[in-house]
Amino acid sequence: MTEVLQVNNLRKTFRISAKQQKLERSVEKTRIAVDGVSFSARAGEIFGLLGPNGAGKTTTMRMLATLIRPDSGDALVDGASIVTQPTEVRSKIGFLTGDLKLEEFFTPNFLFDFFSDLHKIDPAVRETRKKELFDAFGVHEFAEVKVSNLSAGMRQKVSLAVSIVHNPDIIIFDEPTNGLDVLTAKTVTDFLLRLREQGKSVLLSTHIFSLVEKVCDRVGVLINGKMIVCDTLEAVCDGLPLEDRFFALYEKEVGALQ
Amino acid sequence: MKKNGTITILRKELARFFGDRRMLISIIIPGILIYVLYSFMGSALHTQFSTEDVSVSAAVVNLPASLESTMASTVGVTEYESEAEAMQGISAETADICVVFPADFDEKVALYDVSSGAAAPMVEIYYSSASESSLLGFELVSSLLDEYETSLVNKWDINAGAAVYDLISETDQTGSIFSMMLPMLLLIFLYSGCMAVGAEAIAGEKERGTIATMLITPVGRNSIAMGKIAAVSILGLISAASSTLGIIFSLPKLMSMDSMNISGGFYSMREYLMLGGVILSTVLVLVALICVISALAKSAKEAQTMLVPLMIVVMFVGVSSMFGGAAQTELYYYLIPLYNSVQCMSAILSFSASSGHIVLCIVSNIAFAGIGAWVLTRMFHSERIMFSK
Repeated sequence: MTEVLQVNNLRKTFRISAKQQKLERSVEKTRIAVDGVSFSARAGEIFGLLGPNGAGKTTTMRMLATLIRPDSGDALVDGASIVTQPTEVRSKIGFLTGDLKLEEFFTPNFLFDFFSDLHKIDPAVRETRKKELFDAFGVHEFAEVKVSNLSAGMRQKVSLAVSIVHNPDIIIFDEPTNGLDVLTAKTVTDFLLRLREQGKSVLLSTHIFSLVEKVCDRVGVLINGKMIVCDTLEAVCDGLPLEDRFFALYEKEVGALQ
Repeated sequence: MKKNGTITILRKELARFFGDRRMLISIIIPGILIYVLYSFMGSALHTQFSTEDVSVSAAVVNLPASLESTMASTVGVTEYESEAEAMQGISAETADICVVFPADFDEKVALYDVSSGAAAPMVEIYYSSASESSLLGFELVSSLLDEYETSLVNKWDINAGAAVYDLISETDQTGSIFSMMLPMLLLIFLYSGCMAVGAEAIAGEKERGTIATMLITPVGRNSIAMGKIAAVSILGLISAASSTLGIIFSLPKLMSMDSMNISGGFYSMREYLMLGGVILSTVLVLVALICVISALAKSAKEAQTMLVPLMIVVMFVGVSSMFGGAAQTELYYYLIPLYNSVQCMSAILSFSASSGHIVLCIVSNIAFAGIGAWVLTRMFHSERIMFSK
């Protein structure tokens, strides 16, 4: 399979504010969020990024989505560099994270059209795409309801539809089932599998081991900004349940859990 | 048809504001409020200083013959024999004031020699400052007596007849009043109109996390910046237009000048076009400043707080039009943002605008707005600014 996402030695450091230093009783002025992370994802596979809070998953994904720039390293998204060709990268990826919100005043219908226009999608193509995605997520029934009046699950469905309005080949989802009820989470999981069937490359970050075991072909484990393991799900698990294997890796890297 | 990114952002921003009835009302309502408030204030001031409907009755002791007719034409006079009787009239509320002349007032005045050093004959006026009619009576009688005293030593008069000596035309009168008041009010209303929507459009979106959703699309950051600036400018202009119409219609009422013919009708199309150009370019400068400051803020509330110092600067610059006299003639004044606009507006409204100054002002304002848009675009590229927590 073709490698559509190649991440090479990404590194990102954040400055720590004086207030935060005081709060954490730390003298550190900077903190390494992502430390030389490398991996690749292929077309037609789901790559899972697994790690505890603060491991660097979201930072890695935000760098890949060109929201923030890496201090060093680079990633090629379908051949386009996140450092030198960010606009091309943005047109090739669909990105969804909890940090990105939809304007609450508008309806799903309006937002879909708005983001289609930002992606310069032809109106005829847009309507076909809208029908396809609204059908997949059941958005039609609340397409004219303002986002402010939608439940968390409905909002997430709209966010998912809007994030892939341009039918990208590479899709980056940061904890897409976070905070969702089981029915909505199932819809999202099924959709991820359908994207794989369509030959898309999905990069997925999550805390949920069962989701990784169910949908991911390959897995990378991030701890303290470093990629500890990156391989197929079977190779990473090494005969153990993923959860057990993860904690074993975590204890080896950080120390025994309190 | 594929749409330009700037137009798409502009349409979305306008849909946001025009689709929300509360926001729409907040843009339109200032003009209506200004009209109602200024009209009410004008009416209240007119009533306060009007003497037409107020009658004053005076209890007078020893009324001299020389003042009988003038006193009677000014206030209702009731004569009393003694001061005590006259004061009872006040206590019984049958009189508003009590005026006590010395006995043989006319003779004493005729015989009084200023150089003698002796005490002058004294008239006493008793009144109550808590009563509107009593206070008015005191002012009327004091004024009448002052005029009488002046007339006793009168050598010449200045403009004493009924003729109109002020040769100001209605056009000049309009120019004088509008050029003094409007530039300051316009600048303040433009700023406050843009401030409300600017803070919401930039800092509000940052706060809600919706701007990041746009930043991950292929649309250029400059398109986002330009779309935001264009939308805030349009909304700011609508808000300012509402306020300006409110001022123009209510200003004659505020200044109690219903009898004078003051109106925007004295200005020609040329003046309106120049004013429109200056206002538009001023809005662009204000919006650029507001957007840049809003982009630094983490929330709409913080942006509003950060924009207050700029509001003070704007007010200070606006007030300069009220005390600065004629518009500046040196070219460099027309390169100073905001001050140049006030100078131009003042000159246009007083019919003394120079086309060169107006063009220089508009061009420099557009240049400043361009710099602001560039800075805003750079800020949209900065992750520290856009994603600071």
